[in-house]
Parts: sequence; C-alpha cells; structure tokens
Amino acid sequence: MIVLLGVLVVILGFATRRNPLLVVGVAGIATGLLAKLSPQEILAAFGDGFASSRSVTIFVITLPVIGLLERNGLQEQARTLIGRLGKLTTGRFLALYLALRQLTAALGLTSIGGPAQSVRPMVAPMAEGAAERRHGPLPERVRERVRSYSASADTVGLFFGEDCFLAIGSILLITGFVNTTYHTHLEPLQLALWAIPTAVCAFLIHGFRLLRLDRSLDHELAALGGRSAAEGSRTAEEAK
Amino acid sequence: MIKAEWFYWLVGAVFLAMAAQMAVDRSNPKRLGSAAFWGLLGGCFFYSSWVVEKKAPAEPLGVAVLAMVCLGGFQLTGRGVPRTTTTEQRVATAARLGSKLFVPALTIPLVAVVCASAVKHWHIGGEPVLEEGSETILGLGFGAIVGLLVAMVVVRERRPSVPLHAGRSLLESMGWALLLPQLLAVLGSIFQVAGVGTQVGKITEQLLPDGQKYIAVAVYCVGMALFTIIMGNAFAAFPVMTAAIGWPVLIQQMHGDPPVVLAVGMLAGFCGTLVTPMAANFNLVPAALLELKDQYGPIKAQIPTAGALLVCNIAIISLFAF
Repeated sequence: MIVLLGVLVVILGFATRRNPLLVVGVAGIATGLLAKLSPQEILAAFGDGFASSRSVTIFVITLPVIGLLERNGLQEQARTLIGRLGKLTTGRFLALYLALRQLTAALGLTSIGGPAQSVRPMVAPMAEGAAERRHGPLPERVRERVRSYSASADTVGLFFGEDCFLAIGSILLITGFVNTTYHTHLEPLQLALWAIPTAVCAFLIHGFRLLRLDRSLDHELAALGGRSAAEGSRTAEEAK
Repeated sequence: MIKAEWFYWLVGAVFLAMAAQMAVDRSNPKRLGSAAFWGLLGGCFFYSSWVVEKKAPAEPLGVAVLAMVCLGGFQLTGRGVPRTTTTEQRVATAARLGSKLFVPALTIPLVAVVCASAVKHWHIGGEPVLEEGSETILGLGFGAIVGLLVAMVVVRERRPSVPLHAGRSLLESMGWALLLPQLLAVLGSIFQVAGVGTQVGKITEQLLPDGQKYIAVAVYCVGMALFTIIMGNAFAAFPVMTAAIGWPVLIQQMHGDPPVVLAVGMLAGFCGTLVTPMAANFNLVPAALLELKDQYGPIKAQIPTAGALLVCNIAIISLFAF
C-alpha cells in the first residue's frame, strides 16, 4: 500500500506545477526507498533505465540538418510553396497531413514525421502560410494556435496509426507482457487488426476538428479585424 | 555488422561538441550550467554502452542522471543568443534555392525507410548488415548523416561548425525537457520493481461491483488514461492496469476477447498521452521546438480529441469484446 505514495508524489508535484524533472526524480527515489531498495539499488535503477531508453533521444542527430536548412530559408520556402496551392486552407492541409501521417505510420514508417523532422521545418510553416494567405499577418495568439494544431496533427496521426502495424513497440509490449505473465499465446496480427476501429475514429474526430479550425480562425480574425487598422498593424509587427 | 551503439556514441559526441561550444558562448548567462548538463548527457550516452553490456556498474550513471536532474530542475541551464541569418537573408536564399531546400529534409525519412525495409534484409558473410531490431534507429542515424551531406551541398556550406551551431540553438531552445522521456522510463521500471501494479489491483477489486461489465470496461479504459497521464507513458501504465483489471476481471471473469480488450486498452492509454505534460517528447518538446509561449498549446489542441476517443475506445471494447 505504502508504495502508492510514489504515485502521490507525482500527482502532487504535477498539481503544484513543480519542475517535472525534479518531480520524477524525487518520485523515483521515494518509491525506491518505500519499496525498501538500498541507495545503491536506486542509483542502479536510474542508471539502467537511462541506458536502455536512449533511443527516445536519438532524434537530436537530425537537428544540425534542420538548423542548417532553416538558416537558409527552409521555413520561408515552405510558406511560399503553400501560397501557390490556392485551395489548400490551414485545416484542409493539416487534415491531409494527419491522413498521410496515419497511413505511413500504419505501414511502419513512424520516423517519417516528428516535431523536429517535419513539424517545425515544414508542416507548421505551411499551415501558417495557408492562414496568412487567407487572412494576412497573423496575431501572436492565432499563430500559436495554428502551430499547436500542427503539432497535434503529427502526434494524433502517429499514435493512432502505428498500432495498426505489427512490429511496433506497443504491440510487441502487449504480446510480450501477456504471453509471459499469463502463459497464453497472442499473435501481433490479432492486436493490430483491433487497432483499426480506433484509428478510423481518430481520423474522423481529429480530421473534423482540423477542418473546423478554418471556421474558428475566420471568426476570430474577423472579430479582431473590427478593431482599428493602426492597432491591427501593430499586432502584426509584434507577432514577428 | 553495424551496431546501434555506434550511433549512440555519435549522438553522445554531438552532445559533447555542443557542450564545448556552450562553455565558451558568452552570450549565454548560464553557460557553465548548460555546458555541464549537455556534457554530462553526452558522456552518459557513451558510458551507457558498457552498462547495457553489464561491463560497468550502473550506479555512477545513476549519479550522473541525478546530477542532470538537479542542473535542469533548479534552472541552472540557459540559452545563448543564436548566431543565425536575418529574415531578409532567409527570404533571399529561399528564393534562390527554391524547393531544393526540401530535398535534404526529405532525405532523412527516405533513408530511414529504406534501411528499415530493404537494408534490413541484407547480409554480408551470413551476418546482417544492420544490427537486428535496431534498423529504424540506425536508419534515422544514416538518414541524418546523408541528409546533412546533401544539405551542405545544396546550400553550398563548407564549414561543419555552421550546422553544429544551428543544431545547438535548437537544442538550447528545447532545454531540459529533452531528458524527461528517458527519466520517465526510469520511473516506470522503479514502479514495476516496487509493485505499484499489484497494489492498484487490490484496490480496484475491492471497489468494483461484481458482474458490472460496462463499468469494468470504463474503469479499465479510464484507469489506463489516468495512469498514463500520471506516468507520461502508456507503456508504463499498461502492465499496471492490465494486472489490476484488464486480465483478471475483463478477460478471466467476464470472458472478454483478449485481443480486443488489450489492443484497445493500450489505445485508451494513448488518449492519456495526448493530454499530459509528462509525455514531454510528444507535448512539451514540440511546444519548445515551435517556440510557443504557451507550453501547453499542443495539449489544449488535443484535449477534445482525446476525450472523444476515450469514449470511442470504451464503446469499441463494450461492443466487440463480449
């Protein structure tokens, strides 16, 4: 019972908005001590956990490429390109990206997108470019919203696409855990098939919300446009 | 055979090189703290190789991880003024280079996909060319290297220090959030060792009324989402909630179809991942990379979708598992 205090530490740290690194560090140490691990064992648990989870940090290797391309105008070019595709609004473009991300993830191509590889250099500038073509310079708040939705299209697409693929971590985790713990025999294929209904729901729900983003941008910017022109241009300056 | 560890060393070397740049960057008010944080991280990438092979004790690595937690947690890291181009210069180079700029960026996923699908099956002298099970990681690594070479040709840049500086600015803008996903994996394994799952199971068994199928399904799905929100990772929540109710109640007691219950249960956990800052690599890192003032922006965009999908998942198990 007492080990659940470790979970409580996480919830409390979270609720009081402490620095997440400290919260997780303290919760790990506290849980280890409550479970009567020795200080050496706790340190070893931190070390082993770090060593076996390095793959989540490996995307850093792509940053020099993206940084170099950005210095040379990658984001600006993404905006120019989307400017030529007249019919592609922010919402339609993001819904299209969601579909692509889900389909490629379902084929196992999970590293094709991601916040560093595709969202920052290409997807977000294109989504912003489409909004700018329609509405002119965007106020800071609207720009943030468009960027947030760009990140969401990537994440939702990845999460609810990848499980339709057999050899993905979560499917292998399920079969590995269940087959060893309960001495049963589950095939990855059965699990991947049952990920499809949720994948379809995810596309319909998030796709609909992305398309609705266009309408809410129209409304919001029309309301802002009601203010004086001088103020409007000042907001646009600040947005840079 | 090309080993995944070699790429971890390359990543470690990149961190060390960037830490050296940070140490001499006087525009960063916390340059020494920053250099220490990223330098330690780089060093840990190397030392981890021996820990994985059980050739070195894990305790020193644990000490280093806690040192990074303190450096990041007590705000001892900062960022320098990026040395970069002006908007006018970027518009000019973009106009000159045009869509050729996309080629290096698209090279990364292309190479990654080729490695994960085709090169995976290549053998030399009976040994696979890429280490088995690490093809995707190696693919991303190769993709980044090839992409960098292509990028330097496309933009006609000869100095390797330029992409390194540019990448470092991106790294500094992400800051300590980069370490959080790895730290959560650690917390998950400590929870496992401490028996958090068995405890949650005992509590739910006492609270759950007998034979209430749909309530049990809802408890499993909502529990997966809630535990994922706390732990930041559905993979950590899955063993806890499946040992607590998924297997004993839904499958053994109520004869639910295991593939439906377990596959959709995991996806219910993913709904939690969409809304928690603890899932830093999916929610906080994008916010930092996109330079958002509101670091919860992506989460706010995802909350309604996550809620609706959780309801869908409960419905899917209720309809198809029994």
